[in-house]
Amino acid sequence: MTDYNFAYLDEATKRMLRRAILKAVAIPGYQVPFSSREMPMPYGWGTGGVQVTAACLVPEDTLKVIDQGADDTTNAVSIRKFFARVAGVATTEATAQASVIQTRHRIPETPLTEGQILVFQVPIPEPLRFLEPRETETRTMHALEDYGLMQVRLYEDIAKHGEIARAYAYPVRVEGRYIMDPSPIPKFDNPKLDNSPALQLFGAGRECRIYALPPYTHVKSLDFEDYPFTASKAAGQVCAICGAEDSYLDEVITDDAGGRMFVCSDTDYCATRVAAQAEDAA
Amino acid sequence: MQLTTGFANPPVDAARAFRVVLDAMAHPARIVDLPPIEAPAPCSPAAAIVLLTLVDATTPLHLAGAHDNDAIRDWVRFHLGAPLVAPQDAAFALGDWDALGPLASYPQASADYPDRSATLIVECAALSSDGVPLTGPGVQTEASLALPDIAALQANAAQFPRGLDFLFTSGAQLAALPRSTQIGGA
Amino acid sequence: MYVAVKGGERAINNAHAWLDDARRGDRDVPDLLIDQIREQLALAVDRVMAEGALYDPDLAALALKQARGDVIEAVFLIRAFRTTLPRFGTSQPVDTGAMQIIRRISATYKDAPGGQVLGPTFDYTHRLLDFGLAQTPDIATAPEAEVSTASVPHILSHLDAEGLMQREDAGGPDVPDLTRAPLEFPAERPLRLQALTRGDEGFLLSLAYSTQRGYGRNHAFVGELRIGNVRVSAFLPELGFEIEFAEIMITECESVNQFQGSKTEPAQFTRGYGLVFGQSERKAISMALVDRALRAHELGEDLDGAPAQDEEFVLSHCDNIQSSGFLEHIKLPHYVDFQAELELIRKLRRDAAAAQQAAE
Repeated sequence: MTDYNFAYLDEATKRMLRRAILKAVAIPGYQVPFSSREMPMPYGWGTGGVQVTAACLVPEDTLKVIDQGADDTTNAVSIRKFFARVAGVATTEATAQASVIQTRHRIPETPLTEGQILVFQVPIPEPLRFLEPRETETRTMHALEDYGLMQVRLYEDIAKHGEIARAYAYPVRVEGRYIMDPSPIPKFDNPKLDNSPALQLFGAGRECRIYALPPYTHVKSLDFEDYPFTASKAAGQVCAICGAEDSYLDEVITDDAGGRMFVCSDTDYCATRVAAQAEDAA
Repeated sequence: MQLTTGFANPPVDAARAFRVVLDAMAHPARIVDLPPIEAPAPCSPAAAIVLLTLVDATTPLHLAGAHDNDAIRDWVRFHLGAPLVAPQDAAFALGDWDALGPLASYPQASADYPDRSATLIVECAALSSDGVPLTGPGVQTEASLALPDIAALQANAAQFPRGLDFLFTSGAQLAALPRSTQIGGA
Repeated sequence: MYVAVKGGERAINNAHAWLDDARRGDRDVPDLLIDQIREQLALAVDRVMAEGALYDPDLAALALKQARGDVIEAVFLIRAFRTTLPRFGTSQPVDTGAMQIIRRISATYKDAPGGQVLGPTFDYTHRLLDFGLAQTPDIATAPEAEVSTASVPHILSHLDAEGLMQREDAGGPDVPDLTRAPLEFPAERPLRLQALTRGDEGFLLSLAYSTQRGYGRNHAFVGELRIGNVRVSAFLPELGFEIEFAEIMITECESVNQFQGSKTEPAQFTRGYGLVFGQSERKAISMALVDRALRAHELGEDLDGAPAQDEEFVLSHCDNIQSSGFLEHIKLPHYVDFQAELELIRKLRRDAAAAQQAAE
């Protein structure tokens, strides 16, 4: 064997993935079981996202890969390199220029547009898993739309902490039907899921599940009338590099005396703003 | 026996075709163009491309009416290897609306596994946006598509999350109607 | 001004170069040959083939070399390679009764047709370090007996002839394939056995041990353990006949377990089954015990919540490529989620402090 097939996977595997993706799009928020393959990177490191991306890519695509919002984190670099090699696609760090974006743990700050595909890497696709470890049980709960256990758990949070104590992987309801795990994005990103012009695909390789949010799908973060959902981030901080007030911020420890600063987690967003500021200044 | 050709470069041709079908499924009622391809009559080029992209030995296929002919059966055997089956065992079905018959005869899937329903490839004389108003996931405000049987398709959508998904084909054009789309009154 | 950490790509390339360098180790020590690994670390090679689910000793040896001897990493290399291979067809079931035996023991009979064959076993070695092996001693060839061409019937077939063994479901032609369809519960026995045979040896060993200690106890006897070569053949419809295309070494274990019987059925023994690539008897025995434990439900036994009887628990966690991948992924950056947690915990503490202040 001298070379791998376009986009690495064999054609039969891609057909299987493509059928699963279409069913996922047809049933927004429902997790379609698929026959996940062993990939040349470990389970838990984006194999689901990689398989979904491989099934979607065409040679004309421009691919962006981010991890924690950054293009140059090691796993993002590794996955981007993989597709540049096996699919020969162009790559970019600019959100606006990408046709396919594979992400782990963030949705880019730059609003997505029609025609873009955002592929999420998902570790645990089942939003009810932290309430009930058995697949046989959670499958029935979804089938019967029996989500009382989730409501109870969230209300227990409020009783104990005064609010729903979930900061990321905050569960959502899709089109009033399926409860869905949005992958471990910070809840700050949840509003971006709703009514997005882009197609959002979710791949969980180890757990063998694909699910989807078609464009313009209604996605609501779970909450209670008297305890409405809030998309929080670092309170009262702005990015120390670009001054953004509206972006999700990472906290960086700067010394051993409690010194810290906050910077954009989305490196492309931050760099684009800095470049624009430099241009304005010139 | 003469077999019309399949994809010239399967990995890339199938990838491009899938993106077009995905675009259609993600935007119900949007009429999209597929590349022209030689297809055994009366199969449309669009339907042939869908089959080449999605169907293989693991997906039972039902050929309905005029599409159940020697030329198409040979083509399916050679290019897809899909088992040819009756409606109740089909993962995919191909034919004109009338020939496909009652929707209830196809697998509708269970509440546990709603993905296990059939996808029907419905051959049409033409695709037209002059039709009933459609709303739901994938539709920004409102879309419309001429549909063959509104009542039957409304009944299908009412089963959500169970139900069939449809790919309407004509020539090299295609439009999708997933079960999630709500169909307005006639 | 703060500048975000860059250079992910260069860091990766340098790490890979370092890995290559470290793998080779001291250049004054001769490089390890694949043949040496295959011949002299054969049981590690066998484990990589079994859990990698690909029978190819040379590739398994190569994977062990590439993985610096990390067996799970080697299994991973083999799995990732295996998944890219085209599949030409399905073999006929192998006939383990026609095995060319190198080892065969039964714990349930003192002797039986075909005899007890100890074979190349550690069993009765005294576990004393053999310092002589630190040199390169000449090892004498072991004494050889005449090769017997008589087939060696399974021990359990004698019990079966007496009607004492529960009959197994022969199964249909459509055997499910774990590698082609996602696992679904409840899982049929063929699917369970597929998952177990490529499952992690350590995990299965511990589960099997737990059944012996009372967590889903099933009173297993090793009815028979046999190791040897079997022929693999496939039926080719184009030719209209079967061709033999390989000879592989496998280990098979059949356990004999109790069965209560019922008012309508007289008491019978039941069976647990283990079949593993290569010489791998610890794994084969473990597999037989866990297979039998997982049959508790179908045999109408009391389910006492033992892990080994819990099909979803066992099958979801026995694959070491899945478990090690997911376990190790928590070393990837998670700072975005952690930041969200930090903000939440600070807010909860602020709110609590404010509430306390208001109360005072």
